[in-house]
Amino acid sequence: MQYHAFIIKYAEIGVKGKNRYVFEDALVKQIKRVLSKCDGSFEISKVAGRVYIEAENFDFNETVDQLKTVFGVTGICPAVTIKRDGENRLPDVDGVTKAVLDFIDGVYPDKHMTFKVKCRRVDKRYPMDSMEMAAELGARILDTYKDMKVDVHNPDVLINVEIREKLNIFSEVIPGPGGMPIGTAGKAMLLLSGGIDSPVAGYMVAKRGVDIEAIYFNAPPYTSEKAKQKVVDLAGVISRFTGKVRLHVINFTDIQMYIYEKCPHDELTIIMRRYMMRIADKIAGDTGCMGLITGESIGQVASQTMQSLMCTGEVVTDMPVYRPLIAFDKQDIVDISVKIDAYETSILPYEDCCTIFVAKHPVTKPRADIIRKHEENLFENIDELVQTALDTDEIIEICK
Amino acid sequence: MEAYLDNSATTRAFDEVAQLVAKIMTTEYGNASSVHHMGVLSANRLAEARDIISTTLKVDPQEIIFTSGGTESDNMAILGAAKANAWRGKHIITTAIEHPAILETTIHLEDEGFEVTYLPVGSDGVVDIETLRGAIRPDTILVSMMFINNEIGAIEPIEEAGNIIKSINKDIVFHVDAVQAYGKVLIRPRTMNIDLLSVSSHKIHGPKGVGFLYIKKGTKITPICYGGGQQKGMRSGTENVPGIAGMALAAKKCYENFDAHIKNMYELKKYLILSLEDRLSDIKINGPECEKGAPHIVSLSIKGLAAETVLNMLSSKGIYVSAGSACTSNNPHISDTLQAIGLDKSLLESTIRISLSMMTTKEEIDYFLDTLCSQVETMRKFYRH
Repeated sequence: MQYHAFIIKYAEIGVKGKNRYVFEDALVKQIKRVLSKCDGSFEISKVAGRVYIEAENFDFNETVDQLKTVFGVTGICPAVTIKRDGENRLPDVDGVTKAVLDFIDGVYPDKHMTFKVKCRRVDKRYPMDSMEMAAELGARILDTYKDMKVDVHNPDVLINVEIREKLNIFSEVIPGPGGMPIGTAGKAMLLLSGGIDSPVAGYMVAKRGVDIEAIYFNAPPYTSEKAKQKVVDLAGVISRFTGKVRLHVINFTDIQMYIYEKCPHDELTIIMRRYMMRIADKIAGDTGCMGLITGESIGQVASQTMQSLMCTGEVVTDMPVYRPLIAFDKQDIVDISVKIDAYETSILPYEDCCTIFVAKHPVTKPRADIIRKHEENLFENIDELVQTALDTDEIIEICK
Repeated sequence: MEAYLDNSATTRAFDEVAQLVAKIMTTEYGNASSVHHMGVLSANRLAEARDIISTTLKVDPQEIIFTSGGTESDNMAILGAAKANAWRGKHIITTAIEHPAILETTIHLEDEGFEVTYLPVGSDGVVDIETLRGAIRPDTILVSMMFINNEIGAIEPIEEAGNIIKSINKDIVFHVDAVQAYGKVLIRPRTMNIDLLSVSSHKIHGPKGVGFLYIKKGTKITPICYGGGQQKGMRSGTENVPGIAGMALAAKKCYENFDAHIKNMYELKKYLILSLEDRLSDIKINGPECEKGAPHIVSLSIKGLAAETVLNMLSSKGIYVSAGSACTSNNPHISDTLQAIGLDKSLLESTIRISLSMMTTKEEIDYFLDTLCSQVETMRKFYRH
């Protein structure tokens, strides 16, 4: 079947009242962004609460795969559309019937199936109403394709026929990612490691329309150039959904070694993470972010017990910390990671800065007052080291 | 300053080689099978390359088959000889320290019903010749042994092995993976009783993506890829003329002034080992003694340090070496060779390989030594136990 159009369905955007155009414009902008990566020419129009894409010389699978990365889209309906003629007329009943029969023949070469026709006649000038039109089309289909049977309750195929500003015929609805279009919420700073969780966390928050800025703590020579490249690649995975991601690479080695020298080793990870949060908080504030995002999940590792989360969270004073995976099991996170194509990259075997200095038995129930006390051991030089890290922030722009 | 000390991974091409390759690509780009003048030019380049290479081995030019590199040569040798000789028996002998291009191929053959014996090696990485003798059976059809081990530089007793194999059964095909050896030792397939010999161009300052397999006349071997019947049907596919010509030139240059180059490499290697032993504590040099091993490979274990950390530190200073064994927290692959020589477990993750070439200078070695020695103690302090 040669489709030449898509009808894009979106859900939540429809209920946004006076702001609705903001959301729809953002959606169209995102659709344009992903289609610019596809072969073919596309015309995108926003008519009466829906988005139409008319496509020429395009690759169907490539186009659908790209549309599936646009947040806000709940359904992608490959469609046949017929425009009004020069006198602003749509096909008559016979014309519509022929188009529907051709559509069925093209999409379903094997006609052993049950069906139902759903008609929406928005154009009131049309001689039949929606119910009559559906009944008429159903009868004609039964006449023409003897193998097809009607089932109005649970049909194998639901054939949608819409008589509006155009005639639209579609049956398949390919699920989109849902969520809200990028650019409708604001920006947040994702603490991106090389692991499985943080890219998923970034994806989930981005799905609510949030632009993503990311930060990675690099610890050369204890972490390799390949570990850094892996993080760049993971930022690339996120950027497929969000468009450009700015990644801040912070050289963390000196801070880490200083903590290692001055603080109890079993508290190393907690104190290290407190400094990561502080640095992320600072850069987030400077770059217009309205929150931090982490991939933490209660109890997953020593630094993610509730006590540890209290300790690492308390240093962020200027904005909320979003932890979308907080109540997720590892397998649920892995499932999303696989779905967004991050998993294969996430499991590449490179050390990241969180794994290299880990004590054999890190504290699992740190007390903030004690940690604060031990951080005093760092006061002599830490501000300077943090400032140097901020000053040498390497910014990489990634857009896949 | 930079110090490229990863020459067992790959080498910098000779400038003349790069120039020749570029020249052939842009001015003599004919297909060697074409009848016209451009084709003849290419065919001449191939003939010339065969002559040069066969001279370095003292073999017949017709016994050289050009391939895409060491892995293809190894695959062609193992798969081709196994298939052609399977009617006589299904037993293959190789060693525990071969390159994956051999080991993965024999593992594949095990799935196909062949039986493979993996000879152990001593702590110096060398196969005991009597163990080889004992492993040969009436149904043995193929013995594959590397000339020089890529990780610790052990030189295997190829000539003795060839003698023993042929004295027991002259029909057994003897394959030698000489990827690390060609250009570093003198190889005489005829006197060493070698039937098949694999070589890669990019280990000898030639271009990547090209190599050859020496096939002794009369050796029973079938092709592993089929097509236009080039190279007498042994290896179909349009010949990589620029690559092959580049490889031949590189081979020629490696074997010109050969003794002087090798002597120089051994001197540098000795200097490197002595300096390391002198300047660092708690280290171990793996493999055979300096002069008994390959001239270009030093395997160094540094107690209390992760190889990856050393690698990254050196890399950030423009010094390039390899990890002896790729092992990080979530990748438990341990080097077969390092395990086979019985290296202490605690050192497996702490081993780097420094590999020289005829381009290596004393200044590079000194820069490496100074950088490494100045950082070892700091890095040791932060090693995760």
